Amino acid sequence: MNRNDPEILERLTSRFPEEFTKVDSIDQPTIVTSIDTMISLMQYVRDEENYRICLDVLVVDYLPDRPRFELVYHLYNPWKYARLRVKVRVKINEKVPSVTSIWPGANWPEREAYDLFGIQFEGHPDLRRIYLPDDWDGHPLRKDYPLTGTRVD
Amino acid sequence: MATEKPELLDTPESDEPMIINMGPQHPSTHGVLRVRLQLDGERVVHAEPVIGYLHTGFEKTAESLTYQQCNTITDRLDYLAPMTNNLAYVLAVEKLLNVEVPKRAQYIRVLFAELTRVASHLVWLGTHVMDLGAMSLFFYTMREREVILDLIEAASGVRMNPSYFRIGGLAYDLPDGFHEKVQAFIKDFPRWMKTYRHMFDGNPLINERLQGIAILTQEDALALSVTGPNLRATGIPLDLRKVEPYSSYEDFDFNVPLRTESDAYARFWVRIDEMYESMKIIEQAILKIEPKGEYTTSDRKVSLPPRDEIYGNMEALIHQFKLVTQGFEVPPGEVYQAVEGPRGEMGFYIVSDGGSKPYRWRARTPSFYNLQSMPVMCKGGLVADVITAIGSIDIMLGDVDK
Repeated sequence: MNRNDPEILERLTSRFPEEFTKVDSIDQPTIVTSIDTMISLMQYVRDEENYRICLDVLVVDYLPDRPRFELVYHLYNPWKYARLRVKVRVKINEKVPSVTSIWPGANWPEREAYDLFGIQFEGHPDLRRIYLPDDWDGHPLRKDYPLTGTRVD
Repeated sequence: MATEKPELLDTPESDEPMIINMGPQHPSTHGVLRVRLQLDGERVVHAEPVIGYLHTGFEKTAESLTYQQCNTITDRLDYLAPMTNNLAYVLAVEKLLNVEVPKRAQYIRVLFAELTRVASHLVWLGTHVMDLGAMSLFFYTMREREVILDLIEAASGVRMNPSYFRIGGLAYDLPDGFHEKVQAFIKDFPRWMKTYRHMFDGNPLINERLQGIAILTQEDALALSVTGPNLRATGIPLDLRKVEPYSSYEDFDFNVPLRTESDAYARFWVRIDEMYESMKIIEQAILKIEPKGEYTTSDRKVSLPPRDEIYGNMEALIHQFKLVTQGFEVPPGEVYQAVEGPRGEMGFYIVSDGGSKPYRWRARTPSFYNLQSMPVMCKGGLVADVITAIGSIDIMLGDVDK
């Protein structure tokens, strides 16, 4: 059972009529937006709609689709217990604005996305690898990362 | 590690902050956490957690395992509370498959989720108080945790990484005599807690080390994605068992412990009170569970047929063979399912492309996000209080590094 707030999509449509599209989902309201509008949309969702917790920032690699990566933000309203999923499609080597200025808690998950997928976040205070050593080659969670084989220098 | 900074080798000037590495072998870091401390005398200027020493790449591993096999990885994320991880994962896949789980299996899941919550909080209590200097409580809590591990072993066959919950239900039915063992545990628990409370209730040393230390305000906790007991200690009554009931939690009567002081003392008491509330749920659950009955869904496309059926029924044999060798196919789509783990919101985001292996398997592990609040807690405090902060966040490095 969940207590999501489906009316948020209508309020968002009146505020941002052109900037996003709705996606059918079985668990929570889901929207797809673009890199240019994501910051203003998310700022509105946080300030006016009280989605004060950024639960997760994650990446899905849809190789060979273009744009290749999809960023998924799971947002949560801790007073209405409502969830919202915001998705952004990103090309390889494209710079994405960081949401750490809106939710400081997105700091580590964005570093993780940089580490394991190689997503470049613009405006991130401390964009370094978080799990792997700094001199690691490649980004292991990408679908084209080799699973076996010997490294040849 | 390559994250080593060259300035560590230099002798600092007199007015520069001193940099000290705490861990990854420090006993109070509960595993392999390294904290890079910038110190001005005894005061912490900045504390930076350095993680990744236990990184095992579970998310990549899961992409080459079938859905049922992935269940075994979830045990190893937060290895002190494997059952809540199992629960989050199986609920997520069941949502995608749209499988109905029998009520009795749901209650057994609740029972084990709460037993592991008590076991996890017992380990936290022992280690946290040991970090503060009281050694003996650790031995008592580990002894009592053994009783819960025996219960888990009786049902699943293993103590630490049970994988007892399966997609569609449970792996096996409860063994004979299980109810009596749980009843004995319920009877003993208040007596044990009374013994423990003699050691810390009103103890001036413990109070001095906890009150007003490692403060994390409500504003900061929300901003830094903190969930679970750490958030409830700042006055936000967010408990997913209550606000978004899953696995029939709505049938149980319990309270959500809440404090407003936002310090290590508040977090300490939220967890102690939570153990009593979990015991309330266990008491109700064991009465609701009949000794014998359905323990898994009758949908044979998802759940293994019972032994006797395999030997006498061709169709059951085919199902068994298909499920074991190939697994089942999950309809394309995405799902996020979260449960209230002992450390906060434990969630799984699964993207299926219609095959028998997940396309993307993402674990939202609570400790990873909770640990981000450590620099805020430690700033301006003493070095000794860094240990209080680490203990009171209740991190689990398997969960942080996944």
